[in-house]
Amino acid sequence: MDAVESPERRAAFEARIAAGEVIEPKDWMPEGYRRQLLRMMSQHAHSEVVGMLPEGNWITRAPTLRRKIGLLAKVQDEAGHGLYLYCAAESLGVSRDEMLDALHDGAARYASIFNYPTLSWADIGAIGWLVDGAAVVNQTLLAKCSFGPYARAMLRICREENFHRRQGYEIVATLARGTAAQRAMVQDAVNRWWWPTLMMFGPPDAESANSEALMRWRVKRQSNDAQRQWFINLTVPQANAIGIELPDPELEFDAESGNWKSGAVDWDEFRRVLRGDGPCNHERMAARRRAHEEGRWVRQAAQAFEARRRTRAPREISTTPRREPAHV
Amino acid sequence: MSERKPGAESTPPGDSQLPLFEVFVQEKSGAAHQHVGSVHAADAEQALQNARDVYARRGALLSLWVVASDAIVATTPEDSPCFFDPAPHKIYRHPQFYHTPQGVKNL
Ligand SMILES: [Fe+2]
Ligand SMILES: [Fe+2]
Repeated sequence: MDAVESPERRAAFEARIAAGEVIEPKDWMPEGYRRQLLRMMSQHAHSEVVGMLPEGNWITRAPTLRRKIGLLAKVQDEAGHGLYLYCAAESLGVSRDEMLDALHDGAARYASIFNYPTLSWADIGAIGWLVDGAAVVNQTLLAKCSFGPYARAMLRICREENFHRRQGYEIVATLARGTAAQRAMVQDAVNRWWWPTLMMFGPPDAESANSEALMRWRVKRQSNDAQRQWFINLTVPQANAIGIELPDPELEFDAESGNWKSGAVDWDEFRRVLRGDGPCNHERMAARRRAHEEGRWVRQAAQAFEARRRTRAPREISTTPRREPAHV
Repeated sequence: MSERKPGAESTPPGDSQLPLFEVFVQEKSGAAHQHVGSVHAADAEQALQNARDVYARRGALLSLWVVASDAIVATTPEDSPCFFDPAPHKIYRHPQFYHTPQGVKNL
């Protein structure tokens, strides 16, 4: 690929985007487009992987077998989402080793939502319903983004996210019609997760540094505020249906726009958590590094096994997986 | 475990995310295999297992292929215009170019 970024090339690229064409990894692209996509896809991949930690915390303590198999399957899905996204990012020539190094060295970011703790079982319901619900909004739009590998990964992910959202909502709805203690527990979980979930869509449009270029390049199909509004409109009726209160006294339906207007988000908190001062930043990174280091022997053993098999005599390499037992 | 400074080398020699394989699946009888994504694995057999674990989690698949990513040879976008010359002037490659007597059917 020729790296020269002439005005003509740029104009031709912008014209392709405007015509709704999909950009593939080997196509010429402006350095800014490539850099933004790498940043978004690797951050997104890291978020899927780190996002397994708060939920993994509750797998062994799920209250019933039904809940346990559901949560286990969801967390496994998230590992797969990480894999899809790392592979999409690798199509731009950066290896997964490099991306993981950046995560473990603290140079890369992941979604700040995962720096909040899961204090009770009800948090697992709140995460599935709200956090995965917010992810569905964002990812449905990304499935139509202009970069082919990212859009295709998102399409696969979206198909799986609906199960995540529904298993979360089922947990919340069940607790919401339970005992007084269960109702209090689930309301407390929603109170804690609501605002951080709204922050997932990123800073308000006026302060969003990358938004303008990302919208023009059709990487982003809707602004942060528009996505946030869409999510709020979807979620309020779901909360009302099960008697859950959203912790926003200013939340009000605006008949003129058809939108649920919310109160102000505490963006100072968002920036604080993003900077590394959230309740669990340190714990999450330590757990991620430990998991990586504890998995090293598995990767090395797989390589050693492969290397040894490669040096064996060719007759021992068979296309059938197992040899017939010898006749005696 | 010690804290690392940004930019420090954290993958020691001998450790890696393993080579990359492309994954193709056949979903229906008679359908072509379709590219669905990639996996990392030490060898082809492990790649098949990993691909099964990730890309065959829901619904039945008939068949799965894995191919080492660096074994794939592809055209480049720069070559495409001349490589894929659609040859619109070679109208004799199309059936409409040839005349048949009136009234003759099924030809
Ligand atoms: Fe996910
Ligand atoms: Fe999810």
